[in-house]
Amino acid sequence: MPAHLELARLGKVFGTDPGAALDALRGGMGKAELLAASGQVVGVHDVSLGIRQGELFAVMGLSGSGKSTLVRMINRLIEPSAGTVTLDGADVTAMSRRELVRLRRRKMSMVFQSFALLPHLSVVDNAAFGLVVAGTPKKEARRRAQEALERVGIGDVAGQRPDQLSGGMRQRVGLARAWVTEADVMLMDEAFSALDPLIRSEMQDALVGLQRGARRTIVFISHDLAEAVRIADRIAVMAEGQIRQVGTPAEIIEHPADDYVRAFFRDVQPARLFTAGDIAVPGDTAAEAPRVPATALLDEILPQAAASDAPLAVVSEDGAVVGTIDRARLLQALAKGRAEA
Amino acid sequence: MSFDVPVADWATAAVDYLMDHGQGLFDLISAGLDGLAYGIEELLRLAPTWLFILLLTALAWWRTSWRFALFTAAATALIVGMGLWSETLVTLALVLAATLVCLVVGIPLGIVAARSDGAERLIRPVLDFMQTMPAFVYLIPAAMFFGLGRVPGVVATIVFAMPPAVRLTNLGIRQVLSELVEAGLAFGCTSWQLLLKVQLPAARPSIMAGVNQTIMLALSMVVIASMIGAGGLGDTVLRGIQRLDVGLGFEGGLGVVILAVIIDRITQSFGSGKND
Repeated sequence: MPAHLELARLGKVFGTDPGAALDALRGGMGKAELLAASGQVVGVHDVSLGIRQGELFAVMGLSGSGKSTLVRMINRLIEPSAGTVTLDGADVTAMSRRELVRLRRRKMSMVFQSFALLPHLSVVDNAAFGLVVAGTPKKEARRRAQEALERVGIGDVAGQRPDQLSGGMRQRVGLARAWVTEADVMLMDEAFSALDPLIRSEMQDALVGLQRGARRTIVFISHDLAEAVRIADRIAVMAEGQIRQVGTPAEIIEHPADDYVRAFFRDVQPARLFTAGDIAVPGDTAAEAPRVPATALLDEILPQAAASDAPLAVVSEDGAVVGTIDRARLLQALAKGRAEA
Repeated sequence: MSFDVPVADWATAAVDYLMDHGQGLFDLISAGLDGLAYGIEELLRLAPTWLFILLLTALAWWRTSWRFALFTAAATALIVGMGLWSETLVTLALVLAATLVCLVVGIPLGIVAARSDGAERLIRPVLDFMQTMPAFVYLIPAAMFFGLGRVPGVVATIVFAMPPAVRLTNLGIRQVLSELVEAGLAFGCTSWQLLLKVQLPAARPSIMAGVNQTIMLALSMVVIASMIGAGGLGDTVLRGIQRLDVGLGFEGGLGVVILAVIIDRITQSFGSGKND
């Protein structure tokens, strides 16, 4: 079954002759050589991804890795030089201008790093922007926008102007504006990167809370590893315009595809990432073995593991034993993500 | 070696050609502008002087502060006291007529320039020409095409005062944050919606600065245009110069300054967005 949102061999070259540049790249020319030879810059090269319905998919990379270009090619704010974007089988890259406008109104929305709120509109009118553009009657648009603002916790500032709000509150408006159109796909470009750490984690919670209510497909661009690991279902690691690895946070940390990815995830602390359920192995447990919930972080079960010679019994919410963890398994898991030196 | 480029002859020939072949068009423009300026003047004269001053003071109060409202009341009373109220209304009508045309033509031109680099390349040198050519030079062809009086004054003023409206509209739209434009597009704006819902509102402070500059330039030009019979306060200044009457010239000049200060403050308030 094809994925909900499919990117196939997507590429972007900024320059005078992208076609020739792409041919040269496929012929094995490096990006630096291409820049020197023709002055063209490769933004994204040969990216293929299948993103599932309702998935929170993070694209990670350092600045300049092409991730912002990639996300803008999905709704064609940037025209791809090569490849296709397909949403539910419809080829976005082949759409006429008119079809594209319809797609952006109904199927895709976006949240921006600098919030991109209109300074002359009130908060509620900003949140209603997408609906009004799409022709929803103003009254209904306002009512729905008000509901969305309440869901992200700022229903009380609807009448204010964006410049009267703090950064975190502005981005809640940006989130409400993208959420209220009920688009299937929400693109988030470094949406929380401009916020203070504390506000950022509040916003991540707000996003996860929204997702719990009605699952949308979210493509989340970030350079913040902790953020991606915390909220994403799957992560794609990008460098120099190409995807290095795609997988769940646990998969990538356990089996990094190359040294770049390993180095990228070096600072992740498995103790605060994995839960007991993640590392439990099937096996018998002694009746007197300490029980730990499957949702507990490794960090939280360390005291029990230290105190007990018997393997820990991991139990699910309904009390059933789902597996065991012995000390060796725990230490092994904690060592994951470290460079294997 | 003698090197002689007869630019003067060419310019004369061009003007002659236009006069021979374009008179119908000029008559049409003339009738339109005369009607506009005359209509505005009649409109301004509709209210009795005291009511006019009261309304202007109220406007100043609403848009700025009570202090400036007080100044407005006192300064306009001074104009009445100098016996220059009628001249002031003539000047104001000329400025408003010229400004109206400048904005109706200039703002769309600025929008076109902002949306197309080619159009900008074409428009920019024309604006440079219009702005740097000494203002007096416009008076000659204006008088030749439109005779003496109000209309050539308005025409010369339009040519002189339009550039800031075009330039600042262009600049304002081009300086709208790229993420704001992206947001507009990402939520499905058509080209028109992007212009009306995102670009123009976001560029408003810059556009209003252009409007303000256009009005100020128009005000300075209508004084010069009194030399071809445009009338108004410029006429008072001109008579002062011709008779070497320092007092009369100063009164006319003071009237222009008062008008400029009041219009400047009030139009600026629309750019900064106070009270809305």
